[in-house]
Amino acid sequence: MFMNINMQKGKQFLTGHEVVVQACIDAGATHMFGYPITPGTEILSGWIRQAEESGGKLHYLQTEDEIAAGFCVVGAVMAGAKAFTATAGPGTVLMQDAMGMADGMRLPFVAIIAQRGGPSSGTVIYSQQEVNLAIHGGNGEGLRIVFSPSTVEELYRVTRRAFNTAWQYRFPSVVLTDGFLLKTKQDVVLDFMGENVEPTPLVSEHTQKNIRNIYTFEQELMDELGKQKEDFEVMSKDVEEYEVYFGEMNNDQRTMINEQRCEELIIAHGIVGAAAKDAVDELKKQGKSVGLFRPITLSPFPKDELNRLSKQVKRIIIVESSMGQLRDLVKQNLDSHVDVEIDGLYKPAVGIEVEEIVQLFK
Amino acid sequence: MSKDSKFCPGCGQPAILQTLYRILQEQKSEEKAVLGLDIGCSLLAWDFLPINTFQTHHGRVTATMVGFKRAQPDLLSFAYTGDGGAYAIGLQSLLWAAKRNDPVTVIVANNAVYAMTGGQTAPTTMRGQKTDTSPGGYEEDPMMGPELVRNLNAKAYIARTAMNNMKHMKECLEKAIQAQRDGNFSMVEVLSFCPTNWRTFGPKTNEYLERMKEHFKLGEF
Repeated sequence: MFMNINMQKGKQFLTGHEVVVQACIDAGATHMFGYPITPGTEILSGWIRQAEESGGKLHYLQTEDEIAAGFCVVGAVMAGAKAFTATAGPGTVLMQDAMGMADGMRLPFVAIIAQRGGPSSGTVIYSQQEVNLAIHGGNGEGLRIVFSPSTVEELYRVTRRAFNTAWQYRFPSVVLTDGFLLKTKQDVVLDFMGENVEPTPLVSEHTQKNIRNIYTFEQELMDELGKQKEDFEVMSKDVEEYEVYFGEMNNDQRTMINEQRCEELIIAHGIVGAAAKDAVDELKKQGKSVGLFRPITLSPFPKDELNRLSKQVKRIIIVESSMGQLRDLVKQNLDSHVDVEIDGLYKPAVGIEVEEIVQLFK
Repeated sequence: MSKDSKFCPGCGQPAILQTLYRILQEQKSEEKAVLGLDIGCSLLAWDFLPINTFQTHHGRVTATMVGFKRAQPDLLSFAYTGDGGAYAIGLQSLLWAAKRNDPVTVIVANNAVYAMTGGQTAPTTMRGQKTDTSPGGYEEDPMMGPELVRNLNAKAYIARTAMNNMKHMKECLEKAIQAQRDGNFSMVEVLSFCPTNWRTFGPKTNEYLERMKEHFKLGEF
């Protein structure tokens, strides 16, 4: 029997896969469409086990491929169902077709992306190489909300949040995680402050809509994209999320975080962000002044905080399990007048340990 | 009954769509119907009928309407597509929707060419037919969609008709809608005029379609 996590309160010992399924249920999702692919498969199989016991409340379809999974999500959200998919690696590539439609038509599409090492089929556990694909994978320049959680508990919270951002703002919302975090079992308290945003159908028997995604005139398309960009920027201030960490601190210090300073700043996201956090603690013990900036939303990128912190430090050290996809985001978002040295540790599709990060400050 | 047509003069698709709409009117089901459109000339139907319609992506309308139907089982879910969307780029989803007996109705307009892109070889291009990408004449036999899908699902309603056989077309579409109401997959292939890419005028267009019927047998499968 699959554990009914929802019935338990307080601290629980759960895997990333388990909390994603629970988060989707708690968010009010009713339909999952997916195709098995490591390391995201257990989200599909976990959801199916829950659906089988739901008395017909939860629905699923294992589709013929990721393309169909994505378009089934598209159809279901148009019909007003909170629907989602989970995929990985080459599946994330196939998913771009449907996500592109969701970009263009502003559909509340939710995808959990379990990164794995590439190119091609690569490896199946650890990677941060699908950042560009998650944010910019479609043709054109569609706008998406992308969360990158670093702990199992945060995975739960941002998955809940992704359904809300998708349905409230009508931008496709992605939870970008990886095989390692999904398979990790941690003590978690499943907690989410806030209400679920209710879904509403785009078409129903009470509407008579003709909806297009093809424009005859260039100007028409440009006007539409301009409006989307404007909406995205307005929404960004509400949605942007990040963590700034200067090592273990008491509550008084925490409230004064804006006045804290460090000499050097690590920038990392997702599971690497968790290792970086431990590294900051270790470096603090060694008397070094190192902080961490961890964007939780990679899109919209928390640009103002990045610039505020970057102006105060001598050096930025970017740490990521890719050849530089986070570095590129940082460089795009740094104001041109911010003069700071940028170094990095780039280990594509390889795990990064606390000690390696500490070593960077020898 | 419909807005101005965006289709080429002489195109067969308005007749298919208006017949579908006439049936929905007769059944007082206009509000219950949702028409998903594939890309290709099918996309031109986006505001043709006063019912819910939306464009999807090339080859993806069947999967989209499967998802729609699963979320709104009380509505009538139609996937409107050309022969390329149905039998080439979207074949995988068509076969699987049929195999699973998803209660959606797929309407395939077969004009034996890729029309929107200017008359390239389609899955239904006939042996010897000259196209933009088979200038010397196509050297293979066409894909027989209904015959192929028939083998996957005994409960499904599968038919081929032609838009110049209006009575037969209407009967087939009515039966396809009834099949969906009964919870079964249905598919109707409709042979359709494409004077622009066939480079035919007046009666020659009708003659071309009649010749297509020698390859593509009408009827229920």
